[in-house]
Amino acid sequence: MAGVRVLVGTRKGAFILTSDESRKEWDVTGPHFAGWDIYHMKGSPVDTNRIYVSQSMGWFGQTIQRSNDGGKSWEAVGNEFTYDGVPGTHQWYDGTEHPWEFTRVWHLEPSLTDPDTVYAGVEDAALFKSTDGGQTWSELSGLRTHATADGWMPGAGGMCLHSIIIDPTNHERIYVAISAAGTFRTDDGGTTWRPVNTGLSSAHIPDPDADVGHCVHSIAMHPKKPETLFMQKHWDIMRTDDGATTWHEVSGNVPSDFGFPIEVHAHEPETIYVVPITSDMEHYPPDGKLRVYRSRTGGNEWEPLTNGLPQEHCYVNVLRDAMSIDSLDSCGVYVGTTGGQVYVSPDSGDTWQAIVRDLPSVMSVEVQTLK
Amino acid sequence: MIRVELPVGLSTLAGTGREIQIDVPGEVTTQTVLDAVEREFPVLRGTIRDHTTHQRRPFIRFFACEQDFSNEPPDTPLPDAVVSGREPLLIVGAIAGG
Repeated sequence: MAGVRVLVGTRKGAFILTSDESRKEWDVTGPHFAGWDIYHMKGSPVDTNRIYVSQSMGWFGQTIQRSNDGGKSWEAVGNEFTYDGVPGTHQWYDGTEHPWEFTRVWHLEPSLTDPDTVYAGVEDAALFKSTDGGQTWSELSGLRTHATADGWMPGAGGMCLHSIIIDPTNHERIYVAISAAGTFRTDDGGTTWRPVNTGLSSAHIPDPDADVGHCVHSIAMHPKKPETLFMQKHWDIMRTDDGATTWHEVSGNVPSDFGFPIEVHAHEPETIYVVPITSDMEHYPPDGKLRVYRSRTGGNEWEPLTNGLPQEHCYVNVLRDAMSIDSLDSCGVYVGTTGGQVYVSPDSGDTWQAIVRDLPSVMSVEVQTLK
Repeated sequence: MIRVELPVGLSTLAGTGREIQIDVPGEVTTQTVLDAVEREFPVLRGTIRDHTTHQRRPFIRFFACEQDFSNEPPDTPLPDAVVSGREPLLIVGAIAGG
Protein backbone atom coordinates (compact mmCIF):
# COMPACT_ATOMS: atom_id res chain seq x y z
CA MET A 1 0.00 0.00 0.00
CA ALA A 2 1.37 3.40 -0.93
CA GLY A 3 2.08 5.89 1.77
CA VAL A 4 4.52 8.42 3.10
CA ARG A 5 7.09 8.64 5.85
CA VAL A 6 7.86 12.19 6.94
CA LEU A 7 11.22 12.69 8.66
CA VAL A 8 11.11 15.73 10.93
CA GLY A 9 14.26 17.17 12.51
CA THR A 10 13.73 19.53 15.43
CA ARG A 11 15.71 21.42 18.04
CA LYS A 12 15.08 18.66 20.56
CA GLY A 13 14.93 15.42 18.64
CA ALA A 14 13.59 13.67 15.58
CA PHE A 15 10.04 12.63 14.81
CA ILE A 16 8.69 10.27 12.18
CA LEU A 17 5.19 10.76 10.82
CA THR A 18 3.65 8.06 8.67
CA SER A 19 0.41 7.81 6.77
CA ASP A 20 -1.20 6.01 3.91
CA GLU A 21 -1.92 7.56 0.54
CA SER A 22 -4.85 9.56 1.86
CA ARG A 23 -2.53 11.45 4.25
CA LYS A 24 -5.40 12.06 6.66
CA GLU A 25 -4.57 9.80 9.61
CA TRP A 26 -1.05 9.91 10.97
CA ASP A 27 1.10 7.79 13.21
CA VAL A 28 3.71 9.82 15.08
CA THR A 29 6.84 8.42 16.74
CA GLY A 30 9.48 10.30 18.67
CA PRO A 31 11.30 12.04 19.98
CA HIS A 32 14.16 9.98 18.65
CA PHE A 33 17.55 11.24 19.92
CA ALA A 34 15.69 13.28 22.53
CA GLY A 35 17.26 16.58 23.43
CA TRP A 36 19.62 16.73 20.46
CA ASP A 37 19.54 19.14 17.54
CA ILE A 38 18.47 17.24 14.46
CA TYR A 39 19.52 19.51 11.65
CA HIS A 40 18.59 17.06 8.92
CA MET A 41 17.53 13.52 8.20
CA LYS A 42 17.03 11.99 4.79
CA GLY A 43 16.35 8.59 3.30
CA SER A 44 18.09 6.90 0.42
CA PRO A 45 16.05 7.12 -2.80
CA VAL A 46 17.09 3.57 -3.73
CA ASP A 47 16.49 1.97 -0.33
CA THR A 48 13.79 3.66 1.69
CA ASN A 49 14.80 1.69 4.79
CA ARG A 50 18.16 3.45 4.82
CA ILE A 51 17.91 6.79 6.63
CA TYR A 52 20.73 9.12 7.66
CA VAL A 53 20.44 11.59 10.52
CA SER A 54 22.58 14.55 11.54
CA GLN A 55 22.47 14.66 15.34
CA SER A 56 24.41 17.37 17.12
CA MET A 57 24.56 19.35 20.33
CA GLY A 58 26.71 22.22 21.52
CA TRP A 59 28.14 20.16 24.38
CA PHE A 60 28.89 16.95 22.55
CA GLY A 61 29.39 17.92 18.92
CA GLN A 62 28.36 15.87 15.92
CA THR A 63 27.03 12.35 15.62
CA ILE A 64 25.63 10.64 12.54
CA GLN A 65 22.90 8.07 13.00
CA ARG A 66 21.84 5.51 10.43
CA SER A 67 18.80 3.29 10.19
CA ASN A 68 18.52 0.19 8.02
CA ASP A 69 14.89 -0.49 8.84
CA GLY A 70 13.04 2.69 8.09
CA GLY A 71 13.64 4.34 11.43
CA LYS A 72 12.66 1.50 13.75
CA SER A 73 16.22 1.17 15.02
CA TRP A 74 19.36 3.26 14.75
CA GLU A 75 23.09 2.90 14.94
CA ALA A 76 25.66 5.63 15.36
CA VAL A 77 28.19 5.65 12.53
CA GLY A 78 31.23 7.79 11.85
CA ASN A 79 31.43 11.32 13.16
CA GLU A 80 34.96 12.30 12.22
CA PHE A 81 34.86 15.19 9.78
CA THR A 82 38.44 16.27 9.30
CA TYR A 83 39.30 18.88 6.72
CA ASP A 84 41.77 17.79 4.11
CA GLY A 85 45.27 19.18 4.70
CA VAL A 86 45.86 22.43 6.52
CA PRO A 87 42.43 24.08 6.52
CA GLY A 88 43.52 27.70 6.28
CA THR A 89 41.21 30.62 6.97
CA HIS A 90 38.10 32.37 5.75
CA GLN A 91 36.71 35.80 6.53
CA TRP A 92 35.12 36.36 9.92
CA TYR A 93 32.26 38.76 10.66
CA ASP A 94 34.71 41.49 11.66
CA GLY A 95 36.82 41.08 8.54
CA THR A 96 39.61 39.17 10.25
CA GLU A 97 40.88 35.83 9.06
CA HIS A 98 39.25 32.93 10.89
CA PRO A 99 40.44 29.32 10.90
CA TRP A 100 38.19 26.80 9.22
CA GLU A 101 36.47 24.90 12.06
CA PHE A 102 34.04 22.02 11.78
CA THR A 103 30.89 22.66 13.78
CA ARG A 104 28.10 20.44 12.49
CA VAL A 105 26.45 18.74 9.54
CA TRP A 106 23.64 20.81 8.10
CA HIS A 107 22.52 18.57 5.29
CA LEU A 108 22.83 14.92 4.29
CA GLU A 109 22.24 13.97 0.67
CA PRO A 110 22.15 10.26 -0.09
CA SER A 111 23.35 9.09 -3.48
CA LEU A 112 20.74 8.53 -6.17
CA THR A 113 22.10 5.04 -6.89
CA ASP A 114 23.93 3.61 -3.87
CA PRO A 115 22.48 3.54 -0.35
CA ASP A 116 25.97 3.42 1.16
CA THR A 117 27.07 6.63 -0.52
CA VAL A 118 26.02 9.88 1.08
CA TYR A 119 27.20 13.48 0.98
CA ALA A 120 27.34 15.80 3.99
CA GLY A 121 27.26 19.58 3.82
CA VAL A 122 28.89 21.05 6.90
CA GLU A 123 29.68 24.22 8.81
CA ASP A 124 32.31 25.69 8.28
CA ALA A 125 31.41 25.21 4.66
CA ALA A 126 32.73 22.05 3.10
CA LEU A 127 31.44 18.94 1.40
CA PHE A 128 32.19 15.46 2.70
CA LYS A 129 31.41 12.08 1.15
CA SER A 130 31.03 8.62 2.61
CA THR A 131 30.93 5.46 0.50
CA ASP A 132 30.58 3.03 3.41
CA GLY A 133 27.23 3.99 4.82
CA GLY A 134 28.51 6.85 6.92
CA GLN A 135 31.25 4.97 8.75
CA THR A 136 34.04 7.14 7.33
CA TRP A 137 34.00 10.55 5.71
CA SER A 138 36.38 12.20 3.25
CA GLU A 139 36.33 15.80 2.24
CA LEU A 140 35.88 16.78 -1.39
CA SER A 141 38.33 19.53 -0.72
CA GLY A 142 38.39 21.09 -4.16
CA LEU A 143 35.41 23.15 -3.02
CA ARG A 144 36.87 24.55 0.21
CA THR A 145 40.20 25.21 -1.46
CA HIS A 146 38.64 27.13 -4.33
CA ALA A 147 40.56 30.31 -5.07
CA THR A 148 37.76 32.45 -3.65
CA ALA A 149 37.35 30.51 -0.37
CA ASP A 150 39.59 32.65 1.81
CA GLY A 151 37.14 35.48 1.16
CA TRP A 152 33.98 33.58 2.07
CA MET A 153 32.13 34.96 5.08
CA PRO A 154 29.47 33.33 7.26
CA GLY A 155 25.83 34.33 7.20
CA ALA A 156 24.08 35.00 10.50
CA GLY A 157 23.49 31.28 11.01
CA GLY A 158 27.10 30.34 10.40
CA MET A 159 29.03 29.52 7.25
CA CYS A 160 27.11 26.44 6.30
CA LEU A 161 26.90 24.28 3.22
CA HIS A 162 23.19 23.57 3.34
CA SER A 163 22.06 22.48 -0.11
CA ILE A 164 23.31 19.58 -2.23
CA ILE A 165 21.68 18.58 -5.52
CA ILE A 166 22.96 15.71 -7.65
CA ASP A 167 22.05 15.91 -11.34
CA PRO A 168 20.03 12.72 -11.95
CA THR A 169 21.16 12.55 -15.57
CA ASN A 170 24.85 13.10 -14.84
CA HIS A 171 26.01 12.12 -11.37
CA GLU A 172 29.33 13.86 -11.90
CA ARG A 173 27.46 17.16 -11.80
CA ILE A 174 26.61 18.34 -8.30
CA TYR A 175 25.36 21.72 -7.12
CA VAL A 176 25.90 23.02 -3.61
CA ALA A 177 24.92 26.26 -1.91
CA ILE A 178 26.70 28.01 0.92
CA SER A 179 25.62 30.87 3.16
CA ALA A 180 27.04 33.35 2.42
CA ALA A 181 29.27 32.36 -0.47
CA GLY A 182 26.74 31.36 -3.10
CA THR A 183 26.16 28.43 -5.42
CA PHE A 184 28.91 26.19 -6.77
CA ARG A 185 28.92 23.43 -9.37
CA THR A 186 31.20 20.52 -10.07
CA ASP A 187 31.17 18.59 -13.33
CA ASP A 188 33.72 15.99 -12.27
CA GLY A 189 32.13 14.43 -9.20
CA GLY A 190 33.49 16.96 -6.75
CA THR A 191 37.14 17.30 -7.68
CA THR A 192 36.92 20.82 -9.09
CA TRP A 193 34.28 23.48 -8.54
CA ARG A 194 33.29 26.83 -9.90
CA PRO A 195 30.97 29.48 -8.55
CA VAL A 196 27.76 29.72 -10.56
CA ASN A 197 26.18 32.95 -9.42
CA THR A 198 25.98 35.06 -12.55
CA GLY A 199 22.74 37.00 -12.47
CA LEU A 200 22.48 37.14 -8.69
CA SER A 201 22.45 40.60 -7.18
CA SER A 202 22.87 41.10 -3.45
CA ALA A 203 22.80 44.49 -1.80
CA HIS A 204 24.62 43.27 1.32
CA ILE A 205 27.99 42.88 -0.42
CA PRO A 206 30.20 45.65 -1.78
CA ASP A 207 29.86 44.47 -5.38
CA PRO A 208 26.25 43.30 -5.70
CA ASP A 209 27.10 41.22 -8.77
CA ALA A 210 30.24 39.60 -7.39
CA ASP A 211 31.13 36.02 -8.27
CA VAL A 212 30.83 34.94 -4.62
CA GLY A 213 29.41 36.33 -1.39
CA HIS A 214 25.72 35.77 -2.09
CA CYS A 215 23.52 34.43 0.68
CA VAL A 216 21.72 31.63 -1.13
CA HIS A 217 19.12 30.11 1.17
CA SER A 218 18.13 27.03 -0.82
CA ILE A 219 17.99 25.60 -4.33
CA ALA A 220 15.72 23.03 -5.95
CA MET A 221 15.52 21.02 -9.16
CA HIS A 222 12.96 18.80 -10.86
CA PRO A 223 14.66 15.54 -11.83
CA LYS A 224 13.13 15.58 -15.31
CA LYS A 225 14.42 19.06 -16.04
CA PRO A 226 17.92 19.13 -14.57
CA GLU A 227 19.13 22.21 -16.41
CA THR A 228 16.49 24.25 -14.60
CA LEU A 229 17.05 25.13 -10.97
CA PHE A 230 15.16 27.44 -8.68
CA MET A 231 16.67 29.45 -5.85
CA GLN A 232 15.38 31.24 -2.78
CA LYS A 233 18.02 33.79 -2.00
CA HIS A 234 18.33 36.05 1.05
CA TRP A 235 16.20 38.35 -1.03
CA ASP A 236 14.95 37.34 -4.52
CA ILE A 237 13.58 34.19 -6.04
CA MET A 238 15.76 33.13 -8.94
CA ARG A 239 15.74 30.65 -11.78
CA THR A 240 18.27 29.21 -14.20
CA ASP A 241 17.68 27.20 -17.35
CA ASP A 242 21.29 26.52 -18.24
CA GLY A 243 22.62 24.54 -15.31
CA ALA A 244 23.21 27.61 -13.14
CA THR A 245 25.49 29.29 -15.64
CA THR A 246 23.14 32.27 -15.54
CA TRP A 247 20.25 33.14 -13.25
CA HIS A 248 17.33 35.52 -13.58
CA GLU A 249 14.81 36.76 -11.07
CA VAL A 250 11.27 35.33 -10.95
CA SER A 251 10.04 36.93 -7.73
CA GLY A 252 7.07 38.47 -9.52
CA ASN A 253 4.09 39.20 -7.28
CA VAL A 254 5.01 37.52 -3.98
CA PRO A 255 4.38 39.81 -1.00
CA SER A 256 8.02 39.43 0.02
CA ASP A 257 10.80 37.75 -1.91
CA PHE A 258 12.66 36.98 1.30
CA GLY A 259 12.36 33.41 2.53
CA PHE A 260 14.21 30.20 3.10
CA PRO A 261 12.87 27.06 1.36
CA ILE A 262 11.94 26.46 -2.26
CA GLU A 263 10.56 23.24 -3.73
CA VAL A 264 9.36 21.88 -7.06
CA HIS A 265 6.18 19.85 -7.58
CA ALA A 266 6.84 16.13 -8.05
CA HIS A 267 5.09 15.87 -11.40
CA GLU A 268 5.04 19.42 -12.76
CA PRO A 269 8.52 20.85 -13.33
CA GLU A 270 7.17 24.38 -13.69
CA THR A 271 5.17 24.33 -10.44
CA ILE A 272 7.19 25.67 -7.55
CA TYR A 273 6.59 26.63 -3.93
CA VAL A 274 8.04 29.23 -1.58
CA VAL A 275 7.11 30.55 1.86
CA PRO A 276 7.55 34.33 1.93
CA ILE A 277 8.91 35.82 5.13
CA THR A 278 8.53 39.50 5.92
CA SER A 279 12.17 40.55 5.85
CA ASP A 280 15.70 39.71 6.91
CA MET A 281 14.96 41.24 10.31
CA GLU A 282 11.41 39.92 10.63
CA HIS A 283 11.53 36.17 10.19
CA TYR A 284 7.78 35.62 10.13
CA PRO A 285 5.11 35.68 7.43
CA PRO A 286 3.83 39.04 6.18
CA ASP A 287 0.70 40.22 8.01
CA GLY A 288 0.84 37.30 10.44
CA LYS A 289 -0.62 34.98 7.77
CA LEU A 290 1.17 31.75 6.93
CA ARG A 291 0.91 31.52 3.17
CA VAL A 292 2.70 29.09 0.94
CA TYR A 293 2.98 30.62 -2.50
CA ARG A 294 2.70 28.49 -5.61
CA SER A 295 3.69 29.37 -9.13
CA ARG A 296 2.49 27.14 -11.94
CA THR A 297 4.52 29.11 -14.45
CA GLY A 298 8.01 28.52 -13.11
CA GLY A 299 7.96 31.83 -11.26
CA ASN A 300 6.80 35.43 -11.70
CA GLU A 301 3.09 34.62 -11.27
CA TRP A 302 2.35 33.42 -7.76
CA GLU A 303 -0.83 32.51 -5.88
CA PRO A 304 -1.21 32.30 -2.11
CA LEU A 305 -2.21 28.94 -0.64
CA THR A 306 -4.07 29.51 2.60
CA ASN A 307 -6.81 26.91 3.04
CA GLY A 308 -6.06 25.26 6.36
CA LEU A 309 -3.07 27.43 7.25
CA PRO A 310 -3.29 30.01 10.07
CA GLN A 311 -4.34 33.38 8.69
CA GLU A 312 -3.99 35.51 11.78
CA HIS A 313 -1.46 36.00 14.57
CA CYS A 314 1.03 33.64 12.97
CA TYR A 315 4.66 34.59 13.50
CA VAL A 316 6.58 31.42 12.79
CA ASN A 317 9.29 30.78 10.25
CA VAL A 318 9.84 27.91 7.84
CA LEU A 319 13.55 27.12 7.65
CA ARG A 320 15.45 26.23 4.48
CA ASP A 321 15.17 22.45 4.78
CA ALA A 322 11.71 22.47 6.33
CA MET A 323 9.63 22.13 3.17
CA SER A 324 9.35 18.95 1.16
CA ILE A 325 7.15 17.18 -1.37
CA ASP A 326 6.08 13.59 -1.88
CA SER A 327 5.68 11.89 -5.23
CA LEU A 328 2.32 10.21 -4.80
CA ASP A 329 -0.06 10.65 -7.73
CA SER A 330 -1.62 13.60 -5.94
CA CYS A 331 1.54 15.43 -4.96
CA GLY A 332 1.83 16.23 -1.27
CA VAL A 333 3.51 19.35 0.07
CA TYR A 334 4.82 19.59 3.65
CA VAL A 335 6.07 22.49 5.73
CA GLY A 336 7.44 22.48 9.27
CA THR A 337 7.56 25.66 11.33
CA THR A 338 9.71 27.09 14.06
CA GLY A 339 6.53 26.96 16.16
CA GLY A 340 6.50 23.18 16.01
CA GLN A 341 3.71 22.63 13.51
CA VAL A 342 4.02 20.32 10.52
CA TYR A 343 1.41 20.95 7.85
CA VAL A 344 0.55 18.70 4.93
CA SER A 345 -1.28 19.43 1.75
CA PRO A 346 -2.24 16.19 -0.02
CA ASP A 347 -3.45 18.07 -3.11
CA SER A 348 -0.49 20.11 -4.35
CA GLY A 349 -1.14 22.95 -1.93
CA ASP A 350 -4.87 23.53 -2.39
CA THR A 351 -5.80 22.46 1.13
CA TRP A 352 -3.73 22.01 4.29
CA GLN A 353 -4.02 20.32 7.65
CA ALA A 354 -1.74 20.16 10.65
CA ILE A 355 -0.24 16.73 11.27
CA VAL A 356 1.25 17.86 14.59
CA ARG A 357 1.13 21.24 16.29
CA ASP A 358 3.41 21.20 19.27
CA LEU A 359 6.76 19.74 18.35
CA PRO A 360 9.98 21.54 19.22
CA SER A 361 11.07 24.09 16.64
CA VAL A 362 11.26 22.31 13.29
CA MET A 363 14.53 22.52 11.41
CA SER A 364 13.98 20.04 8.60
CA VAL A 365 11.26 18.05 6.89
CA GLU A 366 11.98 15.34 4.36
CA VAL A 367 9.40 13.00 2.87
CA GLN A 368 9.85 9.45 1.71
CA THR A 369 7.23 8.17 -0.68
CA LEU A 370 6.57 4.50 0.01
CA LYS A 371 5.09 2.60 -2.92
CA MET B 1 37.71 -0.72 37.87
CA ILE B 2 37.38 2.98 37.36
CA ARG B 3 33.95 4.53 37.77
CA VAL B 4 32.98 7.21 35.26
CA GLU B 5 29.78 9.20 35.37
CA LEU B 6 28.53 10.41 32.01
CA PRO B 7 26.17 13.29 31.27
CA VAL B 8 22.69 12.17 30.25
CA GLY B 9 23.19 12.97 26.57
CA LEU B 10 26.21 10.73 26.35
CA SER B 11 24.85 7.88 28.42
CA THR B 12 21.84 7.83 26.10
CA LEU B 13 24.10 7.89 23.07
CA ALA B 14 26.23 5.06 24.42
CA GLY B 15 23.23 3.04 25.58
CA THR B 16 24.50 2.82 29.15
CA GLY B 17 23.47 3.95 32.57
CA ARG B 18 24.81 7.21 33.89
CA GLU B 19 27.74 5.43 35.52
CA ILE B 20 30.04 3.08 33.68
CA GLN B 21 32.91 1.03 35.04
CA ILE B 22 35.99 0.45 32.95
CA ASP B 23 39.39 -1.09 33.22
CA VAL B 24 42.14 1.48 32.78
CA PRO B 25 45.59 0.02 32.24
CA GLY B 26 48.58 1.92 33.65
CA GLU B 27 48.39 5.28 35.33
CA VAL B 28 44.92 6.68 35.85
CA THR B 29 44.64 10.14 34.30
CA THR B 30 41.89 11.90 32.41
CA GLN B 31 43.68 10.92 29.23
CA THR B 32 43.95 7.21 30.02
CA VAL B 33 40.41 7.10 31.34
CA LEU B 34 39.05 8.74 28.19
CA ASP B 35 41.15 6.44 26.03
CA ALA B 36 39.54 3.50 27.78
CA VAL B 37 36.04 5.00 27.58
CA GLU B 38 36.44 5.56 23.84
CA ARG B 39 37.80 2.04 23.31
CA GLU B 40 34.83 0.57 25.15
CA PHE B 41 32.27 2.94 23.62
CA PRO B 42 33.48 4.06 20.17
CA VAL B 43 30.27 6.05 19.71
CA LEU B 44 31.64 8.53 22.24
CA ARG B 45 34.69 9.38 20.17
CA GLY B 46 34.60 13.03 19.28
CA THR B 47 31.84 13.85 21.76
CA ILE B 48 34.07 14.55 24.79
CA ARG B 49 37.29 15.62 23.12
CA ASP B 50 38.50 16.23 19.59
CA HIS B 51 39.17 13.15 17.49
CA THR B 52 42.67 14.20 16.52
CA THR B 53 43.99 16.74 19.00
CA HIS B 54 42.22 15.22 22.02
CA GLN B 55 41.43 18.76 23.15
CA ARG B 56 38.48 18.84 25.53
CA ARG B 57 35.27 20.11 23.94
CA PRO B 58 34.53 23.61 25.24
CA PHE B 59 31.42 22.76 27.28
CA ILE B 60 32.74 19.56 28.84
CA ARG B 61 34.21 19.50 32.35
CA PHE B 62 36.07 16.81 34.31
CA PHE B 63 35.50 16.75 38.07
CA ALA B 64 36.69 14.29 40.71
CA CYS B 65 36.69 14.42 44.51
CA GLU B 66 35.39 17.99 44.37
CA GLN B 67 38.33 19.09 42.24
CA ASP B 68 38.23 20.44 38.69
CA PHE B 69 40.61 18.62 36.35
CA SER B 70 39.21 20.25 33.21
CA ASN B 71 42.17 22.52 32.65
CA GLU B 72 44.84 20.32 34.13
CA PRO B 73 47.29 18.60 31.79
CA PRO B 74 45.58 15.39 30.61
CA ASP B 75 48.38 13.25 32.02
CA THR B 76 47.78 14.56 35.56
CA PRO B 77 47.20 11.59 37.89
CA LEU B 78 43.66 11.41 39.23
CA PRO B 79 43.09 11.10 43.01
CA ASP B 80 43.57 7.78 44.78
CA ALA B 81 39.84 7.66 45.49
CA VAL B 82 39.18 7.50 41.75
CA VAL B 83 41.94 4.94 41.21
CA SER B 84 40.50 2.72 43.92
CA GLY B 85 36.97 3.09 42.63
CA ARG B 86 35.62 4.82 45.73
CA GLU B 87 34.81 7.98 43.76
CA PRO B 88 33.85 8.42 40.09
CA LEU B 89 35.39 10.70 37.52
CA LEU B 90 32.56 13.01 36.59
CA ILE B 91 32.25 14.03 32.95
CA VAL B 92 29.94 17.02 33.09
CA GLY B 93 28.13 19.07 30.49
CA ALA B 94 28.85 22.60 31.66
CA ILE B 95 26.05 24.99 32.48
CA ALA B 96 25.56 26.91 29.26
CA GLY B 97 22.12 28.38 29.64
CA GLY B 98 20.70 31.60 30.94
